[in-house]
Amino acid sequence: MTTETLKNWLDERLSISALAKTAQKKQVPLHRQSIWYYFGGMTLFLFVVQVVTGILLLLYYRPSSENAFESVQFIMTEVQFGWLIRSIHSWSANLMILTLFIHMFSVYFMQAYDRPRELTWVSGVALLLLCVTFGFSGYLLPWNEVSFFATKVGTDIAGVVPVVGHTILRFLRGGDEVTGATLTRFFGFHVAVLPALATVFIGGHVLLVQLHGMHVPHRYQQNHRQMKFFPNFLMRDLIGWILAIGVLAALAALFPWELGVKADAFAPAPAGIKPEWYFLFMFQTLKYIPARILIFDGEVIGILFFMFAGAALLVIPFINRSPEKHPRRRMVFTVLGVVAILYIMVMTIVGYLA
Amino acid sequence: MGNITTRRKFLDYLLGTSVVATLGAIFYPIIRFMAPPHIVEAMQNSVVAAKLSEVPPNSGKIFKFGSKPGILVRTASGELKAFSAVCTHLDCIVQYSPEKKQIWCACHNGQYNLNGENIGGPPPRPLEQYPVNKRGDDIVVNRA
Amino acid sequence: MHKERATLLLFVTALILLAAFTTKAQQKSSCIECHIKLEGKIGDPARSIKDDIHLSRGLSCNDCHGGDPTQSDKVAAKDPRKGYLGRPRMADIPAFCGKCHNDASFMKKFNPSLRVDQEKEYSTSVHGRLLKTGNTKVATCISCHGVHGIRAVNDALSSVYPLNVAETCAKCHGQPEHMAEFKIPTDQYAKYKKSVHAKALYDRQDLSAPTCNDCHGNHGAAPPGIASVANVCGQCHARQAELFQASVHKHAFDDAGLAECITCHNNHEIAAPTDALLGTAEGSVCISCHKQGEKGFIAAGELRSKIDGLLGRIAKSKEILDRAERAGMEVSKPKFDLREAIDGVTHARVLIHTSSPPEVDKVIAPAVGVAGKAYQAGIDALVELNFRRKGLVVSLFFILFLAVLVYLKLRDIEKRQPA
Repeated sequence: MTTETLKNWLDERLSISALAKTAQKKQVPLHRQSIWYYFGGMTLFLFVVQVVTGILLLLYYRPSSENAFESVQFIMTEVQFGWLIRSIHSWSANLMILTLFIHMFSVYFMQAYDRPRELTWVSGVALLLLCVTFGFSGYLLPWNEVSFFATKVGTDIAGVVPVVGHTILRFLRGGDEVTGATLTRFFGFHVAVLPALATVFIGGHVLLVQLHGMHVPHRYQQNHRQMKFFPNFLMRDLIGWILAIGVLAALAALFPWELGVKADAFAPAPAGIKPEWYFLFMFQTLKYIPARILIFDGEVIGILFFMFAGAALLVIPFINRSPEKHPRRRMVFTVLGVVAILYIMVMTIVGYLA
Repeated sequence: MGNITTRRKFLDYLLGTSVVATLGAIFYPIIRFMAPPHIVEAMQNSVVAAKLSEVPPNSGKIFKFGSKPGILVRTASGELKAFSAVCTHLDCIVQYSPEKKQIWCACHNGQYNLNGENIGGPPPRPLEQYPVNKRGDDIVVNRA
Repeated sequence: MHKERATLLLFVTALILLAAFTTKAQQKSSCIECHIKLEGKIGDPARSIKDDIHLSRGLSCNDCHGGDPTQSDKVAAKDPRKGYLGRPRMADIPAFCGKCHNDASFMKKFNPSLRVDQEKEYSTSVHGRLLKTGNTKVATCISCHGVHGIRAVNDALSSVYPLNVAETCAKCHGQPEHMAEFKIPTDQYAKYKKSVHAKALYDRQDLSAPTCNDCHGNHGAAPPGIASVANVCGQCHARQAELFQASVHKHAFDDAGLAECITCHNNHEIAAPTDALLGTAEGSVCISCHKQGEKGFIAAGELRSKIDGLLGRIAKSKEILDRAERAGMEVSKPKFDLREAIDGVTHARVLIHTSSPPEVDKVIAPAVGVAGKAYQAGIDALVELNFRRKGLVVSLFFILFLAVLVYLKLRDIEKRQPA
C-alpha cells in the first residue's frame, strides 16, 4: 500500500485532489504591509491553543464554589504538568487578545473592511466581543479573591446600563450577587455557549477571507508581488507559531500564573482591585469621569460612551465607504484610529501605575 | 551539486527529528496530564486513616485529614471511632489514653469521652466526630 | 319519684359545695392573704413568695415562721403557742434556715443530693465567725440567697446563679462605706470583671469559669491561705499548679510569704497571660524579684528567648509555606506538620512554671526541629518552582532551534521554486 494508492483512495471519497488544486492557487499579496497578514492566523493559532489546553483543564476542573479553587489547586499540585497547562491557558488568553487587537487595528488602518469585505469586518467585531467575553468569563473560574472581586466590579458596571442594566446584571450573575451560581453560569458560557458561537463566527470569518482573498491597500494595488500560500506563506506562519509557543513557554516559566487565595464572599475587597489589562483602559476612564454630568450619573455616561464606540466600530464599513475616493474622510478615520490606540495605551499604563 | 544535496538531506533530517522532538515535547505533558494522578480527587473528603492491623483494640492513632489532624480510636470492645484531633481549648493535638480509656489533651489536661464530648478540663466544646467505614483492611474516615 | 330525684340532687350539690369550701379552707393562707394587701416592706414578702422554691415544694410561711395560716384573725394566726417565731434576729438566721437544711432525713424528701452541712460550713467562714462576735454587717443566708423569693441555684434568675454570684457578693464587698470597718479592699468585683475568667463566664457564657465562690468557697467563704492558693487555682489549672509546686519557686514563695499563682497572675484581675509576663524586659513579673546577674534573672531571660525563638521560627516557616501555597505549590503536609511546633509553644508556655530552662527545652528543641523541617519543605517547594522555570527556559532553546530549521527549509524551498 503506497502513499499513491492511499492518496487515490482518499481522493475518490473526499475529493482531496480537487481541494489541493484550489489550495495551490491561493496567493498572498506581498508588499510593505504584508507583515500584518500574519496576525489573523496568529490569533487563530492561539485560539486553538486555548481550546486544547481548555479541554485538558476540563478533565479536572470542577465548577462549583466549594470545589473550583481546590480543583485548580489540584491541577497545579497533583496533576502531572498541570501547572504548565494552566499557566499556558492563562497566558495564551492574554496573548490572543493582544494579537486580536493588533489584527483589528491593522485591518482598520489598511481599511481592509472596504467593499466587498464589510461582513468579514462585522464577523470580526463579533469575534472581538466573543473573545473579550471568553476572557471575562474564564477569569472567574479559578474562584480566587482577585477573580471574585473583578467579576463583582465588572458585573456591577454592566448593571449601570440604563433600563436593561439590572436585568443584564441578574442574567450574568445568576442572581443579585456573585455566588456559586455565577460561577456555574460563567462556566457554561465559557465552555459551551461561547465556543459554539466562536466556531460559527470563526468559520464564517475564515470562509469569507478565503472567498475574497487578502485585501491589498490602494497604494500597492498596482505594484505588488504574490506569494503562494502553500507552502511558502504557511511555513512562515508556522515559524511565527513556533515562536509563539516559545513565548508562551517563557511566560509560563518566568511568570507562572498564581493560585491566589480562595474567594470569600464576605471578606472586604482587597485594595487596588483591577480588571485584566484589556479592560483596564475602560475601567480607568470610568474612574476619571465625574460623578455627575448635568443631570446624569457619570458612570452611566461612561458606559453609554463605550457602548456607542462599540456600535460605531461595528458600522465603520458602512460609514467609511470607498475611502480612496474620499481622502479627507480617510484621514479623519486614520487620525481617529491613532487617537484611539494612544488613548487605550495611555489609559492602560495609567491604570497599572495607579 | 552533491554538497547541496547532502546539506538538504541533513537539513531534512534535522528538521524531521526536531519536529518529532517538539511534537513529543508537546504530547508528552499532555498524555501525562491526562493520566490519573496519584491522589485521585481534589477535595480530601475521605482518607484512609490506617490499616486495621495497625490499630489494636484500646489504642489510638493520629492521621492527616486534609491539612488538619484527626484521631482514630479503636475502643476496648473493638469499635472504630474518628474525631478531629484539634483540642477545642487552644488547638493542641489530643491523644488517646488507653489507661483512662479517654481522649486526653496534654496541654491543659482536657478530657474527652469516647463520644468526643468534653467531660473534664478547659475544653469548651466536644471534638467533631467523623464517620468511619471499613474497606477490606483499610479504615476510611469521611468528612461528616 | 320526682321528690326523691330532687333530694338526691340537693344532697350531691351540698356535698360538692362542702368539699369546695373545705378544700379552700385547706389551701387557706391567711399570712399571704393579709400581707399582700399591705404596702411597703411589710407586704413585699407576700408578693415575692410566688417565685420561691419553698412555696413550689408545698412549704409556706408557717413552715419557717410558725403560726397558723388557717386563722384569719391576726392574733390567732400569730399565736406563739402555734409556734409563731416572727422575724428572726440577724444572728439567728443561720440556725433559722438550718432548722430544716441541717436535717438530712427531712431534706431527703425534697432533694436527696443537697448537702446538709451549710450551717456548719458557714460557721467556719469569715462571715460566720464575725456574726458570732455580734457583727451584723456580715452576710448571712438571706444576704446571698434572698429571703422570700428564693430561687434554686440553677435557676438563671437566682442571685446565686453562676452568672449572678459576683454581683451578689459585690453588693457588700463593692461598697466602701459598708466595708469600711473590715479594712479589706473593695475593688475585687471591678477587678474581676476585667479578668479572663469574667470574659469566659459573661461573654462566652461558659458556666464552668470560676466566679467568687469557686475560689473562696460559698458557705465557708474565706480567702485561701498563701501556701494553698496553688491548690485552689490547681482545681482547674492542674498542670501548672503541679509544675509550680515541684519547682524552686514553691519553697522561695512560701519562705518569703508570697502567695502562689497570684503573685505573678493577680488574684482578681487575672488577665489572659501573654509572653510579656515572662522574661527580663519591662512589664515582666520576673524582674519584680530577680535582679540582673542573679541565676533567676538569667533563667527568666533564657525562658523567654527560647519561646520567642521558637515563635520566630514558626512565623518564618509559615510565611514561606504561605508563599509557596499562593504560587500554587502543594504544601499541605508541611503545614500539617508545623502544627506540632505550634503545639510545642503551648506546651512550653505551661512548662515555664517549672522555671527550669532545661525542662522547657525538652519541648522547645523538638518543636524547633519540626519548624525547621517545615521551613525546609517551603524552600524545597520554591526550589521546585524555580526548577520548572529553568526547565522551560531550556525548552525555549529547542523551540528556537526548530524555528530556525523551518526557516532554513523555507529558504531552501523558495530557492528551488520557479520565480
